Amino acid sequence: MNQKKLLIGTVAIAVALGIYFFERSARSSSQRSAAQGTLAPDFSLPQLTGGQLKLSAYRGKVVLLDFWATWCDPCREEIPGFVDLQNKYGSQGLQIIGVSMDDGPEPVRDFYQRFKMNYPVVMGNAKTGEVYGGVLGLPIAFLIGRDGRVYAKHIGATNISVFEKEIVGLLQDKINPNHPGA
Amino acid sequence: MNVNFKNGKILLVVGMVSMVLVSAVLAQQASLIPNSRLINPEELVKILQFSKSEKPLLIHVGSHVLYSQAHIPGSEYIGQASSESALQQLRKRVESLPRRKFIVIYCGCCPWSHCPNVKPADDALLAMGFTNVKVLYIANNFGADWMDKGYPVARGD
Repeated sequence: MNQKKLLIGTVAIAVALGIYFFERSARSSSQRSAAQGTLAPDFSLPQLTGGQLKLSAYRGKVVLLDFWATWCDPCREEIPGFVDLQNKYGSQGLQIIGVSMDDGPEPVRDFYQRFKMNYPVVMGNAKTGEVYGGVLGLPIAFLIGRDGRVYAKHIGATNISVFEKEIVGLLQDKINPNHPGA
Repeated sequence: MNVNFKNGKILLVVGMVSMVLVSAVLAQQASLIPNSRLINPEELVKILQFSKSEKPLLIHVGSHVLYSQAHIPGSEYIGQASSESALQQLRKRVESLPRRKFIVIYCGCCPWSHCPNVKPADDALLAMGFTNVKVLYIANNFGADWMDKGYPVARGD
């Protein structure tokens, strides 16, 4: 009799746990899809090295859009890690784009050379910040999938391993950039 | 020869340690401002919206790109106070004011301990003899600690 009660109790607990984890998993996957959000707002901004850079030209690549400035300590600390990521995953489809929020290009040019930055940097402005929901503190990075949608937003200095994990995940995601929802 | 080599190594080590110490101090400039000179966003909002007492002169000492996106209504932009040119502009702006004038300076570019602008501005006003200066304590950034809390903002230049 006691064994029967024990068995029923165990099954009940197992069922309850099953329901809990099923719901939790369903909830987190719906949060994930909500976080995927809308298309990254397009822009055309002057590149540090000349010419204009249009974000939508990178559709089909995984883009790490980094809002930063030379006067921002946490931003500067992230740059060497981004250079490494571009080296490591560039051939697989990663494109890092820096959006400098400096008030002028002079300090950025100097910084670009000194830190041997290997990805394009554009000069951002207030309008760019506004269309990205307000860049009112630096750094802020957006991770954009091959389909042009924002998959993650990181405010403040973020460990490079967090970016790497997300980038690897998105690089493996074979989303067709031309699918109807994109 | 050996002595010279040894001295060179000592100098190199001393230089590197000094650089690390200087960077550490510079990185935490804002943290060196005493609490008595700080004002919280909540307090400032109350003063601006409800208090009948003297309203402060609000001066933004951070990046212009960030100021253009959002700033406290009525605040004036003088430039990034980490640069000497902005400090000169700040001195010029306040030189004719009575030294008891209530002034609030703020930035909000980045987490408090990393802000390169508020401490030089505060030091400059202190050196000029201003006795009623407060620095707006923005823990994370202007977006999180001011705008997201629904406090009033203005946009543009």
